[in-house]
Amino acid sequence: MISHRVAGKLSGELGIGIAFLLEFVLFSLLSPYFFTPDNLLNVSLQASITAIIAAGMTFVILTGGIDLSVGSLVAFAGIVSTTLLKTGLSPAAGFIAAILAGLAIGALSGAFAGFCITRFSIAPFIVTLAMMTIWRGAAFVWTDGRPVWELPGGFAFLGTGRLLAVPVPTIIMVLTFFASHIILTRTRFGRYVYAVGGNIEAARLAGIRTGKVLVNVYILSGTLASLSGILLASRMNSGQPNAGVSYELDVIAAVVVGGTSLAGGAGSIVGTFIGAMLIAVLRNGLNLLNVNSYFQQVIVGVVILLAVMLDQIRRRRT
Amino acid sequence: MTTAPLLEMRGITKRYPGVLALSGVDFTLQAGEVNCLVGENGAGKSTLIKVLSGAVQKDGGTMSVGGQAAHVGSPADAQHLGIGVIYQDFKLVPALSVAENILLGSEPVHRRTPVIDRTAMEEKAASALGRLGEAIDTGIPVGHLSVAQQQMVEIAKALSRDVRILAMDEPTAPLTERETESLFRVIRSLKESGVGVIYISHRLEEIFEVGDRVTILRDGALVHTCTIGEIDRRGLIRKMVGRELENEYPRVSLERGKEILRTENLSSDRVTGVNLTLYRGEILGLAGLVGAGRSEFARLVFGADRKSEGRVFLDGREIDPASPHRAIREGIGLLTEDRNRYGLIMQMSIRENISLANLRAMLTGPFIDRRKEEAAARQLSEDLRIKSTGTGVIVETLSGGNRQKVVLARWLNTKARVLIFDEPTAGIDVGVKFEIYTLINRLAERGIGVIVISSDLPELLGICHRIAVMCEGRLTGIVEGGEATQEAVMTYAHRNRP
Repeated sequence: MISHRVAGKLSGELGIGIAFLLEFVLFSLLSPYFFTPDNLLNVSLQASITAIIAAGMTFVILTGGIDLSVGSLVAFAGIVSTTLLKTGLSPAAGFIAAILAGLAIGALSGAFAGFCITRFSIAPFIVTLAMMTIWRGAAFVWTDGRPVWELPGGFAFLGTGRLLAVPVPTIIMVLTFFASHIILTRTRFGRYVYAVGGNIEAARLAGIRTGKVLVNVYILSGTLASLSGILLASRMNSGQPNAGVSYELDVIAAVVVGGTSLAGGAGSIVGTFIGAMLIAVLRNGLNLLNVNSYFQQVIVGVVILLAVMLDQIRRRRT
Repeated sequence: MTTAPLLEMRGITKRYPGVLALSGVDFTLQAGEVNCLVGENGAGKSTLIKVLSGAVQKDGGTMSVGGQAAHVGSPADAQHLGIGVIYQDFKLVPALSVAENILLGSEPVHRRTPVIDRTAMEEKAASALGRLGEAIDTGIPVGHLSVAQQQMVEIAKALSRDVRILAMDEPTAPLTERETESLFRVIRSLKESGVGVIYISHRLEEIFEVGDRVTILRDGALVHTCTIGEIDRRGLIRKMVGRELENEYPRVSLERGKEILRTENLSSDRVTGVNLTLYRGEILGLAGLVGAGRSEFARLVFGADRKSEGRVFLDGREIDPASPHRAIREGIGLLTEDRNRYGLIMQMSIRENISLANLRAMLTGPFIDRRKEEAAARQLSEDLRIKSTGTGVIVETLSGGNRQKVVLARWLNTKARVLIFDEPTAGIDVGVKFEIYTLINRLAERGIGVIVISSDLPELLGICHRIAVMCEGRLTGIVEGGEATQEAVMTYAHRNRP
């Protein structure tokens, strides 16, 4: 027996899934290069940085919150990691320390944001807006506005390497989504995320420590933003203080196109994955068709709007 | 009578996917009459009102207002026809003033300008309130008013639009006794001015007090309509439920066990020094007027609010219910007053709502075990006779009674030893009320300590072994079940000091 919820969910992802497939077929017909392994792997690589952040953002938005700090965290975590790489520790130790420190920055940032949101009841929008400004500023202060160059060899593997022809960031993205999906659908924490987003007071009165759930959600989002930041730094083989500008908006777009409600309580990781891919494929396809890059932005905006409209119409019908 | 009725609905049919919500219902309302619409949840009362108000479109049937065929295609059409509805959740804007709310969308303006004529607006609002005999300052924001005052603003808003047909959905649910009386006065004066009132309520006493006629629906069909003098309470219940209810209140004898819960001097800003003891297998009623501090006391015991002073003992051992999380782990459960707002996660399924307070027990390793969860939910759904097509059904689609059962199932799933029910039967129809009482009895028989908070005094007298009475945050008296009478309880409820 298939439950209403599962049926509802499937149909939710079905809508965006069909849109994605149509897009896929369209570009395959229009461009001979589109449907080739090389290009598709390239698309996944392009998508990976924002998609990984979008997985974390899905948790945040499911609780009814938002995390605007992710773009700045990409830059700051990248800078912290690359700086540490240059301290001259032994290659292996330095490598691990750099990555752990980068991830820790994101986790701490998320923990602090979550603390402000739960303890002082400040709106997530405001708290993470402030964090966004703080980390962007910190990135410039730390580097004096100059990129961190001349990194030890080997670091670039994370962002540019391939395993069996598959780009490493793509593999990390797939693993992230797999783990996120399992956490969201099969663990207590995941269930609590939906409960908190659905009705936070009812969740508290059911014995859920809602503050803890919220803090963890922002820690997760911050950590995944840092992970993306490290991958991006590796890809550019440098720590850039202006990396990741306005990523938060691309990420939110992917989550929303994927059918997650900004009001919280409804959505899925699978949806976010399709949402992120839909936007990435669109950009790639338009590039292949030599569409003017200014005009591309207009089209991406229109598609985001259409996707969300279709979703609303479907919801109203059911 | 030769004059056409104010409202005549004939053969109204409304179909929702999979359900026939209304099948050929006739409904008539005369000017200056109060027609009470009664029936169990899901009987079709709300749907009929929605058809009347243009919120949904009927699939069949005809409607006439004042003898003329009427088409209600939208809420705006209904307004033109002089049809107004007071819903349970008011449609007011809290930040706007009383006058602004009353005239929202029909603000008087200075001639030939778009500028609002404030003086005229205040006057119109005051005159609409004056018709109700209410003296509410028209300048203050509606958010600052009491629920009863907000309701009066809603009614004034309808009157300012020349409403001839006024439907009220459970208007007394949030009101105190005194406020209810003044609402009834208003309804009577509306009648005198020729307004027809459609009155929906689960409180049968009120129907006999304020109604002229009663119309009974069951399963989307008209069962019976007659003047109020032609039917008694028992007959009314029989027609609503479709069978004879032996006894409105099932009762079990008490085998009072050992003390299970005790509070000493429990206090907060709304509760003052409550000493109360609950025994195993006991059903203890908590009576008092609205605002007496009963819910607040329950929330302290459950850890939903922080106590300022006092101690709580469970099985003679002191516990610190600092949060609901802690209280639940100790074995205390609270079924909150407003189950939709504080009890259920509406978008979640029956199964997920049931397991929510005890997911720990549903785990295999770090993962939720669907089979364990499903087994627990199915068992409880069967035990409590939750009506649905499966445990995967979203609770939002359930009726009030079934929702209450889902909340109860959640607490049974926690193996709670003390359960506090806050207004467990509010908004629940007679048939399901009986089931809830039976379930409460079964819990007591199992040795669980039960506290029932209710504003329905006959209900407390009917099912409780003892009734504790609160007034202004204090415990003012305890009445033993055998000697409990409404008078005894009400005396304590109005006594400020013991």
